[in-house]
Amino acid sequence: MDWINILIQGGLLGGFYALFAIGLSMSFGIMRLVNIAHGDLIVLAAYVGLVVTERTGLDPFLSMILVAPIMFALGYVLQRGLLNQTLTGGLLPPLLVTFGISIIIQNGLLEVFGAYDHRLEEGAIETASLHLPGGLSIGVFPLVVFAVAVLSIASLQLLFYRTRLGRAFRAVSDDADTAELMGIDNRKLYAYALGIAMVFTAIAGVLFGIRTIFAPSAGPIRLILAFEAVIIGGLGNMWGTLIGGIVLGLAQAIGAALDPNWQILAGHLAFLAILIVRPNGLFPRTRD
Amino acid sequence: MTLLQTRKLSAFYGDFQALFDIEVSVDQGETIAVIGANGAGKTTFLRAVSGALPSARDAVLFDGEPIGDKSAHEIVHLGIAMVPEGRRLFPSLSVEENLLLGTHSDRTGPWTLKRVYDLFPRIYELRHLPSTALSGGQQQMTAVGRALMSNPRLLLCDELSLGLAPVVIRDIYACLGMIVAEGTTVVIVEQDINRALDASSRFYCFQEGHLALTAPTTGFDRASITAAYFGL
Repeated sequence: MDWINILIQGGLLGGFYALFAIGLSMSFGIMRLVNIAHGDLIVLAAYVGLVVTERTGLDPFLSMILVAPIMFALGYVLQRGLLNQTLTGGLLPPLLVTFGISIIIQNGLLEVFGAYDHRLEEGAIETASLHLPGGLSIGVFPLVVFAVAVLSIASLQLLFYRTRLGRAFRAVSDDADTAELMGIDNRKLYAYALGIAMVFTAIAGVLFGIRTIFAPSAGPIRLILAFEAVIIGGLGNMWGTLIGGIVLGLAQAIGAALDPNWQILAGHLAFLAILIVRPNGLFPRTRD
Repeated sequence: MTLLQTRKLSAFYGDFQALFDIEVSVDQGETIAVIGANGAGKTTFLRAVSGALPSARDAVLFDGEPIGDKSAHEIVHLGIAMVPEGRRLFPSLSVEENLLLGTHSDRTGPWTLKRVYDLFPRIYELRHLPSTALSGGQQQMTAVGRALMSNPRLLLCDELSLGLAPVVIRDIYACLGMIVAEGTTVVIVEQDINRALDASSRFYCFQEGHLALTAPTTGFDRASITAAYFGL
């Protein structure tokens, strides 16, 4: 029974990693933007959640109603005002600029909030668990996070495959120059894409803040986890990203069960192993 | 009435000048052909008109308005649509989604999904397939349909016959006749000179980025076209 428990915890943890990865997967899939600042944007969203809950007294879950539009606006402005200028010069400019943004966010947060650990208090749900027959117990909060991840990806799939905006996203991802010839304003579309990606980053950030303590320096490790989930799942495939997160979560849970020191290492090893066997990930979709 | 006019249109790829002072004018409802050998600047001309390649503001006039400095997506909204060389359909999209992409110009007019399917009945049967599953001719029809969905006043066709069987080419040019009958102005770029001249009323022959010859297609001595074509 222990092992079943471990696998369930690992799988649920994977939903969390998938949530980290959605924004990254989307901005890479649509505009080939490798966003080095993605992890710091997750942490920034957690801090926005902190400010919102402190100022309004809203509970952290509800604070997303404000955090999500704030992050959408930030994503839109960031893409429109800055990242769009980097897209024509090859791979390096967006990497350098988002790396710069990463440093600015980390130091900005350090300046405003200090180096202390913060967290978002959600109350009883954080520690509540469901007891199932056979001695299994499942944490309510991880279950909620997993459900949010699945719902997020399902809603994105609906957006991509059932709406006019989603059709334009897929067309631009295929061939940006031809999309422009069909009357699509790529730069505006990219701004919407990063805006929407940041809505999911906002959700990930607030849930991250509820789950664990965070500090301004917490971003880069979230970025690596998100990257690994995206790469394991295959570029441009949202359900693949969920699977990638689950693979990562399972590997960490198994590693931790063998020896608590191995948890993080086991995730990275699983990532490297998959990279060796399937360099394009498990379910690649994006065309170059 | 003149719909499209270029005045001393020059175009560059970096430091390389691909077009030199091109003067072309197309009347409303007219079909003209742009012919020339490989590298003569035909595609570059279309790219400059469609805004894919920047040019001077006053170098391109559409309906009397300067559009040389506008971006490609703005120009589509004004009513210039392109059937790009090699079709360039979107591989992740179904045939119908490719057609619907033409509606992103927000222009209304005679062309709807139903009218495009009437024009190309075979495409209707294949509408839910990915565009990559179609034959070359069916892909070309989809590409033409996609451009029509933006209800253009001016349709730019780049190498419609490229890589297609003669019988398919004949079908597509027959459809082009129906598009012209709808009042659409058409610019055809072709390497297949005879096909281009048969479908148009006037032609422009480009040679190494310069305009070498322009004349009505009827009653014209094809030997002098050959001379202009090859620069003899």
